[in-house]
Amino acid sequence: MKTGHAVAVYLVKILVKLLLVLLAVSIICFVLISVSPVDPIRMYVGEVGMRNIQPETLAKLESYFGLDTPLTIRYFNWLSDFVRGDMGTSLIYRQPVIDVIGVRFVNSFALMLTAWLFSGILGFFLGVIAGIRRGRLTDKLVKGYSLLLASTPTFWLALVMLMVFAVWLKWFPIGLSVPIGVDASKVTIFDTLHHLFLPALTLSVIGVANIALHTREKMIDVMAEDYVLYAKARGKSTFSILRHHGIRNVILPAITLQFASIGEIFGGSVLVEQVFSYPGLGQAAVNAGLSGDSPLLLGIAVISAALVFSGNFIANALYGIIDPRIRRGLKND
Amino acid sequence: MSQKELLKVENLSVSFTGYERGFRQIDLQVIENLNVTVKKGEMVAVVGASGSGKSLLAHTLLGILPPNSTACGNIYFEGELLNAQKINQLRGKEIAFVPQSVTYLDPLKKVGSQVRKDKKVIESYRKQQELFSFYDLPAKTDNLYPFELSGGMARRVFLSAAMMETPKLIVADEPTPGLHLEAAKNSLKHFREFADKGGGVLLITHDIELALEVSDRIAVFYAGTTVEEAFASDFQSENLLRHPYTKALWRALPQNGFAPTPGVQPYVKDKPQGCVYAPRCSVYSSKCNSKIPMQTIRNGSVLCACAK
Ligand SMILES: Nc1ncnc2c1ncn2[C@@H]1O[C@H](COP(=O)(O)OP(=O)(O)O)[C@@H](O)[C@H]1O
Ligand SMILES: [Mg+2]
Repeated sequence: MKTGHAVAVYLVKILVKLLLVLLAVSIICFVLISVSPVDPIRMYVGEVGMRNIQPETLAKLESYFGLDTPLTIRYFNWLSDFVRGDMGTSLIYRQPVIDVIGVRFVNSFALMLTAWLFSGILGFFLGVIAGIRRGRLTDKLVKGYSLLLASTPTFWLALVMLMVFAVWLKWFPIGLSVPIGVDASKVTIFDTLHHLFLPALTLSVIGVANIALHTREKMIDVMAEDYVLYAKARGKSTFSILRHHGIRNVILPAITLQFASIGEIFGGSVLVEQVFSYPGLGQAAVNAGLSGDSPLLLGIAVISAALVFSGNFIANALYGIIDPRIRRGLKND
Repeated sequence: MSQKELLKVENLSVSFTGYERGFRQIDLQVIENLNVTVKKGEMVAVVGASGSGKSLLAHTLLGILPPNSTACGNIYFEGELLNAQKINQLRGKEIAFVPQSVTYLDPLKKVGSQVRKDKKVIESYRKQQELFSFYDLPAKTDNLYPFELSGGMARRVFLSAAMMETPKLIVADEPTPGLHLEAAKNSLKHFREFADKGGGVLLITHDIELALEVSDRIAVFYAGTTVEEAFASDFQSENLLRHPYTKALWRALPQNGFAPTPGVQPYVKDKPQGCVYAPRCSVYSSKCNSKIPMQTIRNGSVLCACAK
């Protein structure tokens, strides 16, 4: 079998797995939301309305929300709409869920991507340096910083950042993604970045710690590997060993970790968005959950699962493409 | 010292710093009074049970001991006393290392570029191709990844890698396990040829039979110490051997009756005060409890109070 073909088959296999996982996630979320005390009618008409509601109206609403149809039928209706791009209407925003998610996703994506790239690159470099200078001052500094931050709660750090840089120093706005009271058409890219900075920084600073610690461990392992000893025994310099063997062997697990950690970044962004009142997916998820907006909650759950699992999918795919043992092993199967 | 001596290891000791039950720092002396000499044109086999310190000797010679270890003693190369910096200059050039298994190759890099040490000069490519064909490696080996090599191929790749420069000494750590007898003999034949051309080979192995076939001399390690340095020809008869442990090894050879010796090599922490072999020795006496000096008998050396 040709290598290209084998890799394609491998990729299709993990893609199918990804779809199956998403299907499972949607079923679980659907069932959980249905059995939870979240009541869309109460949500729709409000507490006062609920007290004065006529039984006929209630029955009408129940059939409007489909509460009188069996769970399985409701799920398949939802699924068939979903694959056609219709996720229903958000009860709190009174807009199609897809539009709400669309806008929020862009905001969150900007935040997460910045934090993800920044923490990935910086964390990797710090980890590599600490790993090869194991036990020296640089290593101790990196390790100290990482352990300290890894044990810092995200929301607490977000609050500290907010207090120091926004409230006291007034360098950055205290919240939201655009200036208040400015016409949407007048919002500049600078405004957007200015608002993005603090939440992204908070998320990055936390992320760096994890990546740096993992990379450091891996670097120490790699530097004790037989092939590094052999390279030394053959007179290669530390720099050359790092360049030709070290980075290569550390970057593969680092990239995998980086893609697999999208879930963590996402989790962190929920907290950070909440503290900075940043209108992203995480904040929408919290609102949807608190106010029983089941269509929105379901939509966000599936979309974020897709995001997290795509990260894992890419990590797996990269392994298949980069690691010769998998790439060529597939061919020899 | 004779000018013909290529390598002389004198009273080498290696210790590790570790932690006992996580708190108390302890020094573990795993090698003590290790001696071995390799002359030009000579192939010396280092034999000894697993854990007797053979690999540590190789790693000391190449300056690749782990960070928590300390080595003491004198190592001379062509009469010159070595230190870390000199080892650094010699390794890969005058002293070549032939490791044991394919794990000594980077799994993510093609074999060819590793043999060339990532050099991109035409000279390296030419030399590597020459060596691959000399050692009967197919031309495509260049483009293979380590996991695609067979055990025998890996061995020849390491040989080629050693010969990329012009070494004077080859240190080979267990280069034959996993090879069937013919392949093992074949691989040792290359070392023998290297020695015959005036190089020196330090062959580390636990296969005495194989060592006897190709080597000139045998150094016997026991519990981190050299107990005897003998000529390969001494192994023709038990009486020519000097140390009780060597004699026991001799009796354990298939042609001499496969006789096993009771007991095991002591663990580092429970090494006896005097002779390390005393607890298992058949001719043990009270003399063995004090410090034993190295003696020279019939041109070989032995660490035994009652050796004749
Ligand atoms: N990193 C280490 N830390 C502590 N002890 C070690 C270490 N490496 C080797 N040793 C000890 O040194 C002794 C000799 O090991 P080694 O040279 O690998 O033996 P051989 O190659 O003869 O089988 C063994 O008892 C082993 O337990
Ligand atoms: Mg060994």
